[in-house]
Amino acid sequence: MSEYSQAELDEYANDADAWFKENTPSDPGFMLPLTFMEVGTDQQFDFLRDWQRKVYEAGFLGAAWPKEYGGGGLHDDFQTAATKAMRKHNGPILPNAIGLNWTGPLLNDIGTHDHKAKYLKGILNAEDIWCQGFSEPENGSDLGNAQLRADRDGDAYVLNGSKIWTTLGNYAKYMILLARTDQNAPNKYAGLSFILTPMKVDGVETQKIRKLTGEYGFTQTFFTDARVPTDGLMGEEGQGWKVAMQTLEYERGARGGQAGGYSMTEPDAFEILKLVRKAQRDGNPVLDDPVVRDQLVDFLIEAQSIDLNNKRGRIPDLVQDHPMALPLMSKLVWTEFAREVNQFAVSMQGSKSAYYVGDPNATDDGIWTRAYLNAFSATIGGGTTQIQHNIVGEHVLGLPKSH
Amino acid sequence: MENLNSNLAGIGFSDEQRDLLDVATSFCREKSPMEKVRALLDDEAGHDASIWQEIGELGWLAIAIPEEFGGVGLGLAEVVPVAEQMGLHLFATPFISSTLAAQVLVKAGTDEQKQIFLTKIAGGEAATVALIEDSGNWDLGATKVSAAREGDRLALTGTKLLVCDAAAAKFLIVSVILDGAPALVILEQSDLPEGALRRETIVDETKRSYAVTLDGVSVPIDRLLDVDKTKDALAHLQLSGNLLIAAENCGGAMSVIQYTVDYLNTRKQFGKLIGSYQAVKHPTVSAYVNYEKSRSHLYSAAYSFAEQGRGEVATRMAAVQAERAISFAADRSIQFHGGFGFTYDCDAQLFRRRAIFNAALFGDEIYQKRKLAELLL
Repeated sequence: MSEYSQAELDEYANDADAWFKENTPSDPGFMLPLTFMEVGTDQQFDFLRDWQRKVYEAGFLGAAWPKEYGGGGLHDDFQTAATKAMRKHNGPILPNAIGLNWTGPLLNDIGTHDHKAKYLKGILNAEDIWCQGFSEPENGSDLGNAQLRADRDGDAYVLNGSKIWTTLGNYAKYMILLARTDQNAPNKYAGLSFILTPMKVDGVETQKIRKLTGEYGFTQTFFTDARVPTDGLMGEEGQGWKVAMQTLEYERGARGGQAGGYSMTEPDAFEILKLVRKAQRDGNPVLDDPVVRDQLVDFLIEAQSIDLNNKRGRIPDLVQDHPMALPLMSKLVWTEFAREVNQFAVSMQGSKSAYYVGDPNATDDGIWTRAYLNAFSATIGGGTTQIQHNIVGEHVLGLPKSH
Repeated sequence: MENLNSNLAGIGFSDEQRDLLDVATSFCREKSPMEKVRALLDDEAGHDASIWQEIGELGWLAIAIPEEFGGVGLGLAEVVPVAEQMGLHLFATPFISSTLAAQVLVKAGTDEQKQIFLTKIAGGEAATVALIEDSGNWDLGATKVSAAREGDRLALTGTKLLVCDAAAAKFLIVSVILDGAPALVILEQSDLPEGALRRETIVDETKRSYAVTLDGVSVPIDRLLDVDKTKDALAHLQLSGNLLIAAENCGGAMSVIQYTVDYLNTRKQFGKLIGSYQAVKHPTVSAYVNYEKSRSHLYSAAYSFAEQGRGEVATRMAAVQAERAISFAADRSIQFHGGFGFTYDCDAQLFRRRAIFNAALFGDEIYQKRKLAELLL
């Protein structure tokens, strides 16, 4: 749907606002994850999966996806309004991030009718959780060197190898998998294929990985002669690198089509103001310290930079010189900001910064320290900050490739 | 919290801004190539009089002047793209000085003063503002230069520093203390005795700046701007200066980054283009990311400039970000040019010097951040 009236949009936005006001759950009595990469317990997972289903069934998720595949068939402005309402009422995150934000848009853009009919609705209602199988233990940033084998045998691929940093791997029904289908390709990229892979088959095992926070959220996934259908192939055999790069563009926000809502709470410099207004260091209010005030202003300026970059990106006349620059640097900027602002929040607590989640003396139940440690998931995952510098340098500034 | 949210501005871009950006982009590129910038470094005037006349004819000085005084009737938001493009080409003219003088007149000039002096600027005459003194106080009301009433005249005493474009200006607007309160006075070039202007040796060789000795200078009382409006006019001037300097710095940042990138894409060491080394590439990307943030802040400040509260926050943030952007980009550009970067011939130094000079005029990053802390925390 491309044409709509302002009245229709206003009515929808009002409905969304009322719905989130009424239905956003209050404190469940246990700590909720701030991002989809931090879902560490069944209790958290079940809670968030229920929440996503409710949001979808109310019509506020996938509003702009095609109606025939379970979406709302509306203009994207409607979904934007719904997401805004969700944020306004501080709704919990939607857990099926890889489905909603990466796989779904990819299927909508290059999937077959059968793919869309089979997968899209389950992504939206959280029936089918998705995970991503790109990184391998020996190939993280060097994704193109992925070695997991997919050997064709009739109408199946036989998978052998392992993937790592599989977010929600133990809950996932499907994986988007980057596998090597040709061992003799002329270069490392040409041997790769992109396969939609069922997880609940013989020969696929997940093993939880304990994070630096002491919690869980990732798995390593082992494939031992696992047989999966070839109809999960996206694009042609040997085009896996291209499809994977397109997927990363959705992940980094450089391409649209996401289902809506959010799967990570945005770093909020204003929350840190609440903390510093009550925090004490060395027996004194931190806001009396001119050094702290100076640093806080830096964070507020940076928070504004992120917000204004997003807004300027939608004004074509103000991005003429490098139209892709703002989307391509977005991940780099906000993930580093999140890490730094949380690190700063830890240091604001003075002697209390010694405490961790679980101690009665921990400031705000220790969330700042945990958020700081968890922030590395975003500065490392999806292409490290260092890789992001290469991307901006090469694709925006036109600098030569690094070796 | 409430307070903070309501203090943060959005961003927008008008058709007029777009049109001016288009025109300024090509005009500045054509009129201020680097050879021209270099040639003007040793020129006493520091700018090309015939090009200055063209700028007047283009109507750029009239952009933010009301129509009744010969202006276009737009605001400083529309001046920003012009100042940005001038900064991009290190295009030295009395444009910013004259625009600031006009802003003071718009805010605090009497009807008669506006009729006479705004019309002159709108028609292409250069003017400037004389604000800074030996104390270096950026709070513009804290002046020591004084005016005393002598019959129907005002007698001035003291010295103003860092008066940009004072020699080119047909008139200057000077901040003084009169009857114990800040006031603003218009001086015509002919009011100044011989030797009143001393050209200062400044770090930015593309610009021209003067110490102005006012001892013995006397002007008719009708050159006094509306005293009741002076405080607001000075506050407006502080922000206007910061906005236009931010625009100039933001443009300069982009320019020096491109200059660096061009070198990284041609210079080889150890058999490879030096841009392929991450130790060089990554800081260059950091400089570029700073620039993009700076441009977002700049056009947010332009968009919200007239809004009470938000305008000041946005402008000071833009000033901080732009100073950082050009300073870091130019500093790294010198370094990444290696031995050539250490020479006078490498253009990186021009931008680094520009950033240092600009920070001196209306408050540097440290100053802006102290103001922001007062506004936001």
